[in-house]
Amino acid sequence: MSAEINLTLKVWRQDGPSAEGRFVTYEADGISTDASFLEMLDIVNERLIEAGEEPIVFESDCREGICGTCGLMINGQAHGPQKGTATCQLHMRSFSDGDHIVIEPWRATSFPVLRDLAVDRRAMDAIVAAGGYISVNTGAAPDANLTPVPKETADTAFDAAACIGCGACVAACPNSAAQLFAAAKVQHLNLLPQGQAERWARTEAMVETMEEFFGSCTNHGECEEACPKEIPIDFIAWTNRDYIKAKVKNRKLVG
Amino acid sequence: MAQAITRVSTPPPVRSAPRARLPWPLNIYQTAVGKKWVMGLTGIALLGFIVVHMIGNLHLYEGPLEIHEYAETLRDLGTKLLPRTWLLWAMRIGLIIAFALHIHSAYSLSRMSIAADQRYPGGRNYIAANFASRTMRWTGPIIGLYLFYHLADLTWGWFNPDFVRGDPYHNVSESLSSIPVAILYIVANTALAVHIFHGTWSMFQSLGLNSPRYNHLRRYLAAGLAGIILVGNLSFPIFVQAGVIDDNGRSIVEELQHGAAEGEDH
Repeated sequence: MSAEINLTLKVWRQDGPSAEGRFVTYEADGISTDASFLEMLDIVNERLIEAGEEPIVFESDCREGICGTCGLMINGQAHGPQKGTATCQLHMRSFSDGDHIVIEPWRATSFPVLRDLAVDRRAMDAIVAAGGYISVNTGAAPDANLTPVPKETADTAFDAAACIGCGACVAACPNSAAQLFAAAKVQHLNLLPQGQAERWARTEAMVETMEEFFGSCTNHGECEEACPKEIPIDFIAWTNRDYIKAKVKNRKLVG
Repeated sequence: MAQAITRVSTPPPVRSAPRARLPWPLNIYQTAVGKKWVMGLTGIALLGFIVVHMIGNLHLYEGPLEIHEYAETLRDLGTKLLPRTWLLWAMRIGLIIAFALHIHSAYSLSRMSIAADQRYPGGRNYIAANFASRTMRWTGPIIGLYLFYHLADLTWGWFNPDFVRGDPYHNVSESLSSIPVAILYIVANTALAVHIFHGTWSMFQSLGLNSPRYNHLRRYLAAGLAGIILVGNLSFPIFVQAGVIDDNGRSIVEELQHGAAEGEDH
């Protein structure tokens, strides 16, 4: 059942990284409830362009919830009110006629606003670059099932690997900690046999890179609620344990 | 073959690297996850003290002589091996170190988080964060200030003109019979219970104690501990106010000393 609703948007507009930002109110009338949140913004932008105004800058790519490019703070909730959904998969049927919607970019010191709703998330790339890889022999692809992995282990690792790196966990965290992101990236490799070679070096390097850019976890659990992939904070606890083990094991590596 | 790994270009870090790398295991404390470990471990020590302290204080309900003897027993601990009060002092020093580390780690981690965080001018919704988790930075200092008052009141006797050293029943009943003091104890011990509720659950996560076998029990343990501490500790000001704990202005220790002196006279 498709219907049309009229909305009032309060959107964060900022001309550049060092410019002063402000909220601008837009009337978004006649929005189909079948539109996704980003399609709603597309419609608003088309109208802005027709009126000769600058369109709202926001990021998006796959629009099917698997790339992690989109991400908006909608009414004070990362990715909006629907649980386990990225902004692109949030549909306007989650809103009612006459609603006021506040739209802000992710906010953290290490996520500087580039323009309007787009932020610089390279600090997360630095965490992955510090150790989010495994070493494999080059050449022909290895035979399937050459390395046995128990089903439960594979499932758990896959739960962590579901992380799309959108940054909602940082945005939702009152400490702007990136613990859930870093823990998911550490654990999806640490749990698997293929990830054991670099396990301790990876854990130490990724956690310490994370700490350069983000706050300290105080176990609120907001990240788990915000995560579009519903990654549990259990991975954070396991990473805390692996980190102390890494500090013990890595000190024996001389050279 | 040499491989050039260049670092991803990023915004400037919010946390500068430590000036000097300390040797293992002190370098663990130079990291945020390491500080959370220290906070969790010192939290266990402090929580252990709080539970024992509350249970010990229940001797107040047995009577003035019994709590006095309990206090003397604590001073006598380990006297077969060590001079009197040495073991008690060893435990006190351990607690002071744990308390100092707990406060220092909390302070430096808070500073790090405040530097990393940016406000949402449009406001934000909390879904998982509860009252306890969001007030840790308030309940902590409240407990610290209260602890200072509590020691000054009942250990050093600064605020109590009728203070008698070594007579807990008399001192508790004299101090807590004042309504403002009773209110202060009730407020501070409520803050303590709120702090323990989040701290206990948080400790499991920080120390990596996480397993599907017992995860569902962690919140119950946190609520149970906080509840027991709350009920036990609030009972003292309430029962003093209700007149259940009342020394009628007499001090059992003074009477004992007086009696001993009279005994010597005869």
